[in-house]
Amino acid sequence: MPLATYQTSVPVVVDDAKCIADKGCTVCVDVCPLDVLRISDMTGKAYMAYDECWYCMPCEADCPTGAVTVNIPYLLR
Amino acid sequence: MAMDEIIDGLSEVSCDVLVIGGGTAGPMAALKAKMKNPKANVVLLEKANVKRSGAISMGMDGLNNAVIPGYATPEQYTKEITIANDGIVDQKAVYKYAQSCYSIIEELDSFGIRFLKNENGDYAVKKVHHIGTYVLPMPNGETVKKALYRQLRRARILISNRYMATRLLKGADGRIAGVVSVNTRTAEFLVIKAKAVILCTGAAGRLGLPTSGYMFGTYENAANSGDGYAMAYHAGAALANLECYQINPLIKDYNGPACAYVAGPFGAFTANNEDRRFIECDYWSGQMMLEFYNELLSGKGPVFLQLKHLHDKTIEEIESTLHKVERPTRGLFQQGRGVDYRKESIEMHISEIGLCSGHSASGVFVDDNARTTVPGLYAAGDMASVPHNYMLGAFTNGSFAGLDAMEFADNHDFAELDAGEIARERDRVLAPTKREDGIPPNQVEYKTRRLVNDYLQPPKVTRKYELGMRRLAEVRDDMEQRMMARNSHELLRALEVASIMDCADMAAHASMFREESRWGLYHWRTDFPEKDDANWFCHTLLSKQNGRMTSEKRAVEPYVVPIADDEKDLYDKQRVRATA
Ligand SMILES: Cc1cc2nc3c(=O)[nH]c(=O)nc-3n(C[C@H](O)[C@H](O)[C@H](O)COP(=O)(O)OP(=O)(O)OC[C@H]3O[C@@H](n4cnc5c(N)ncnc54)[C@H](O)[C@@H]3O)c2cc1C
Ligand code: SF4
Ligand code: SF4
Repeated sequence: MPLATYQTSVPVVVDDAKCIADKGCTVCVDVCPLDVLRISDMTGKAYMAYDECWYCMPCEADCPTGAVTVNIPYLLR
Repeated sequence: MAMDEIIDGLSEVSCDVLVIGGGTAGPMAALKAKMKNPKANVVLLEKANVKRSGAISMGMDGLNNAVIPGYATPEQYTKEITIANDGIVDQKAVYKYAQSCYSIIEELDSFGIRFLKNENGDYAVKKVHHIGTYVLPMPNGETVKKALYRQLRRARILISNRYMATRLLKGADGRIAGVVSVNTRTAEFLVIKAKAVILCTGAAGRLGLPTSGYMFGTYENAANSGDGYAMAYHAGAALANLECYQINPLIKDYNGPACAYVAGPFGAFTANNEDRRFIECDYWSGQMMLEFYNELLSGKGPVFLQLKHLHDKTIEEIESTLHKVERPTRGLFQQGRGVDYRKESIEMHISEIGLCSGHSASGVFVDDNARTTVPGLYAAGDMASVPHNYMLGAFTNGSFAGLDAMEFADNHDFAELDAGEIARERDRVLAPTKREDGIPPNQVEYKTRRLVNDYLQPPKVTRKYELGMRRLAEVRDDMEQRMMARNSHELLRALEVASIMDCADMAAHASMFREESRWGLYHWRTDFPEKDDANWFCHTLLSKQNGRMTSEKRAVEPYVVPIADDEKDLYDKQRVRATA
């Protein structure tokens, strides 16, 4: 069966201006229990790559620069 | 090399004791094993990152079942859990927990984890259960993970993060030999040879589909997909009372605790749409859940947690806990809905079904030393059969597992690994990556879990179960023949679907075996609506025998703490009696 992609609005947002992934930080990617955050090849900043989030907060709590905001996933908001 | 790209690779290491799952029980098991024999090698394998993994990733707001001298005795606690669990309890393990958990609290305290104390410096325990007093708040509960991690580093436990265990390996003599695991970001294999293995992989929390429809909006940490249940099954271990599902009363849609255990001692209570109490006690049990379910459907629903009658300062204090630890996004959720606890009650609903002993009684069968029925294989925490063991049970039973596993390792050499078994597992794991075309894991998972809701969720109806099992078998075919993973992250999800499917099959099989109703909503069979002590006052054990799923009865061990006839049904009297 052929695949199609479909849109989803992701709950976790990273403020590129504050994110220091380009200086080697990977804290949020490291701690996420669902392993859904990645560093973008294009921007060099962290972002939510997979919409599979437990809205648990370690990414936001552990980010050294306060760049991460966890929102409640839209479907259960 | 980009993350998530699939890399071909296999390495092999060995250790004395291997702990799988670094959430709550796992770190304690690893620590205790190492303390028992500091010269031995202890490896802690974790699918996520031990720093922030498991149910307690953001800490906990309290111990739900602390047996503290002056407040409760091991006898009282054992009695309460036996009654709450409709009598189907091997008391030896519960009693041993109850006797030892106080020393574990003291040990956690020495790690820097703080518990609520009163002016005299004594632990300030609260009453939530039907009979006794066991809830101990943790005002700085967010520190749990950090404190544990410090201890692991100090003890030089070898930690392997981002490895998902997929299958246990056994030697020719039936003893445990090790495990196959896969890196969740590269798909490289790591085979670990071990003299003893402890499973601490948590609940099967991704079994039912939350009513929000969001697959990861589960009650349990969504990383807990029931891998331990599936691995134990395939290794031939017995699993106990899987029909005793976990179903919890939660904040509607948010799907986390509301939480009556925190707010109850301050005067909050569960209410119906008339703002009235309808249950005597907020402690989670199948009997309580049945009343909750009945109220939801009675026309007196929705059900709420009511705080609005409390003093502003009290509400502030409750908020400072609920919105800071355990599920800290609760505050954000309520804010988004414009719910102010001072004015409005918290709407609640019932969760998806799961398998869990931490809250219920469905788990891999273990004795009072955390031994499973496979020599050298142990289990602790939510996935092991000691009922209602919660966080302190995970720590305490994890500690029993660590000690006994190290003793086993000290007295046994490695069992021989079977190269053929490893090769077969490699083929099974990688199969979805070899397909050019097919169905993505998220669709297979969604369909499986949707069928679980449609057919397996109580009330359990035989005709529905028969249909459900047929439909699940069709989806299993799709999973085995057509599921496709394009990178190692999708492969992680694909492997999780296989665990979820195994757990669904086991839940259905166990539920059809027990031909009576028991544990309130957890095992309510409409075709057998009564409790039948004459035929079913027993455990059920499910296992793989000659390649087939099999269930059998197992007698309940003689009680250590006797239960009087007029005490047996105390948990059946949950409904507040109508007053004129
Ligand atoms: C939202 C919530 C609130 C709770 N509140 C309370 C409370 O207030 N008080 C209380 O006493 N109890 C509470 N509990 C219960 C308590 O937290 C659990 O009983 C306990 O933490 C379970 O510990 P565990 O080690 O069995 O599982 P977890 O701590 O969940 O750990 C399981 C670990 O196994 C890892 N894992 C899973 N599969 C694999 C695999 N294949 N390979 C490698 N690793 C794997 C997971 O990533 C995870 O780290 C709560 C639970 C939840 C979910
Ligand atoms: S933790 Fe913060 S700074 Fe570090 S990579 Fe993530 S968003 Fe960027
Ligand atoms: S909220 Fe939790 S699951 Fe979601 S991205 Fe952050 S750490 Fe990961």
